[in-house]
Amino acid sequence: MDDRSSFEPKRAEGGRDRGGEPNASAAIVVKILAPLLVGLIFLGGWEAFVRLDHVPIYIVPGPLVIAHTLISDWQTLSSSLWITLENTGIAFAAAAISGLALAILLAQSRLIELSLFPYAVILQVTPIVAIAPLIIIWVRDTQIALLICAWIVAFFPVVSNTTLGLHSADHNLLNLFQLYGASRRQVLWLLRLPSAMPYFLGGLRISGGLALIGAVVAEFVAGTAGSESGLAYRILESGYRLNIPRMFAALVMISLAGVLIFLALTLVQHLVLRRWHESAVRREN
Amino acid sequence: MPLEVLTDQAAPIVRLTDVSKTYSNGVVALRGLSFSVGAREFVTLLGPSGCGKSTVLRLIAALGSMSAGHIEWPREKRVSRFGKRHHDIGFVFQEPTLMPWATLFDNVHLPLRIAGESRKAARTRVEEVIELVGLGGFERAYPRELSGGMKMRVSIARALVTDPSILLLDEPFAALDEITRSKLNNDLLGLWAKRKLSVVFVTHSVFESVYLSERVLVMSKRPGRIAEEIRIPSSFKRDEAFRTSGEYNAFCRATSAALHRAMEG
Repeated sequence: MDDRSSFEPKRAEGGRDRGGEPNASAAIVVKILAPLLVGLIFLGGWEAFVRLDHVPIYIVPGPLVIAHTLISDWQTLSSSLWITLENTGIAFAAAAISGLALAILLAQSRLIELSLFPYAVILQVTPIVAIAPLIIIWVRDTQIALLICAWIVAFFPVVSNTTLGLHSADHNLLNLFQLYGASRRQVLWLLRLPSAMPYFLGGLRISGGLALIGAVVAEFVAGTAGSESGLAYRILESGYRLNIPRMFAALVMISLAGVLIFLALTLVQHLVLRRWHESAVRREN
Repeated sequence: MPLEVLTDQAAPIVRLTDVSKTYSNGVVALRGLSFSVGAREFVTLLGPSGCGKSTVLRLIAALGSMSAGHIEWPREKRVSRFGKRHHDIGFVFQEPTLMPWATLFDNVHLPLRIAGESRKAARTRVEEVIELVGLGGFERAYPRELSGGMKMRVSIARALVTDPSILLLDEPFAALDEITRSKLNNDLLGLWAKRKLSVVFVTHSVFESVYLSERVLVMSKRPGRIAEEIRIPSSFKRDEAFRTSGEYNAFCRATSAALHRAMEG
């Protein structure tokens, strides 16, 4: 996913006050048009290839067929999308809250951090596909098993980023708090947490996408075990039935959902930080 | 000047006796350093980089422990209205050291907030010091919207908000341009006169030390101690005329010579 969202500070080139305006809007047009054009060329080429080469629909369907399937199967697909999004949302919220809480706990003492952090790392580096079957066996309720899988994938970026952020408070400010006899709680609330905010939000942005991936992967592993079925199940099912257009349509939905999650979190980050943090400040040079 | 003599005779606000500081890496920063600061006195600590000037300030502010010696507060009026002794010291760092996520008002409010005073309760006093440093009307600005000189003023306002009896400044204007610096120096002198503070000002500029203080304490190279002391009677009015006067030049020469001796000895 491209990290350069539309929230990047726009830099007016040239420096002339009035000349900057059309320049900036031209830049935005290019920013939207250029990738759009690439997309259209790619889709057009795909469609042409499929038609000219007479590729059967059960091997590679063309974009038009996929779009058509997306509309005709909307009922089934959208209800599956909803299930996957619900899992993603719950796992993400759990990851954000538990990640923040664990980071605060880790920041309390070096000893706690040293003793716990390695386990967070182990949880992170173990491939989720490998543990998902175990979790699905151990946890009777499939939905909860899915949530646990998605949470495992999503929570680490929040923990590691926020921990780093809590430690990154300005040293002189820490001294100042000490000079005025601030309690540990005051240092945490008034200094460490605000300092960690940009890091926490950066962690959330990564973890939102990961929560979706975790949810989808877990659905794949769970297969048909669940009575309610998300998008990954639709993909599996369509594969068995050689309904390849629907498989692609489901895939498109997952990607779009991922992009939307990312954009939404980027917007949140921008709104929270825009007044003070360098990353969100519009610069006029 | 009978007043001058009086403050000298009266008990100092803080007295450092044979203070030594060895860092855990074995570096001896200070050895046998002694001096005292009178009430309402303006003292500068002058010395080369790395002579331990900042360390002295930090020790006075109890931001670190000394290896030997002691620091006394003979007046012990230091328990402020907050019941916490911390609040009788104002500290201004080399950097503005502001919280970027907080407005100017909230940054200045911080010491009172730590003491448990709400925004509302502290409003008048916070606004008063903001006005005092010449930033009235900027209460809602964020630090990144302010110039370097303005940020330093915020930092000074924050140090003054608890109404301390001693202000410690650690090369506060070193990063500013000459014009801003001389403006802030004049403003600081104004504040000092108005608020009846004691000031300990750390600098490596001979000119700044002579212009500002009543007493220049010249520190030796590491391990730091007070090598010489130069008095500049406060009968000299500190203004632009003083800056270009023969006396000022003479004081600068004397101080400069003392600094050279201190660095060699």
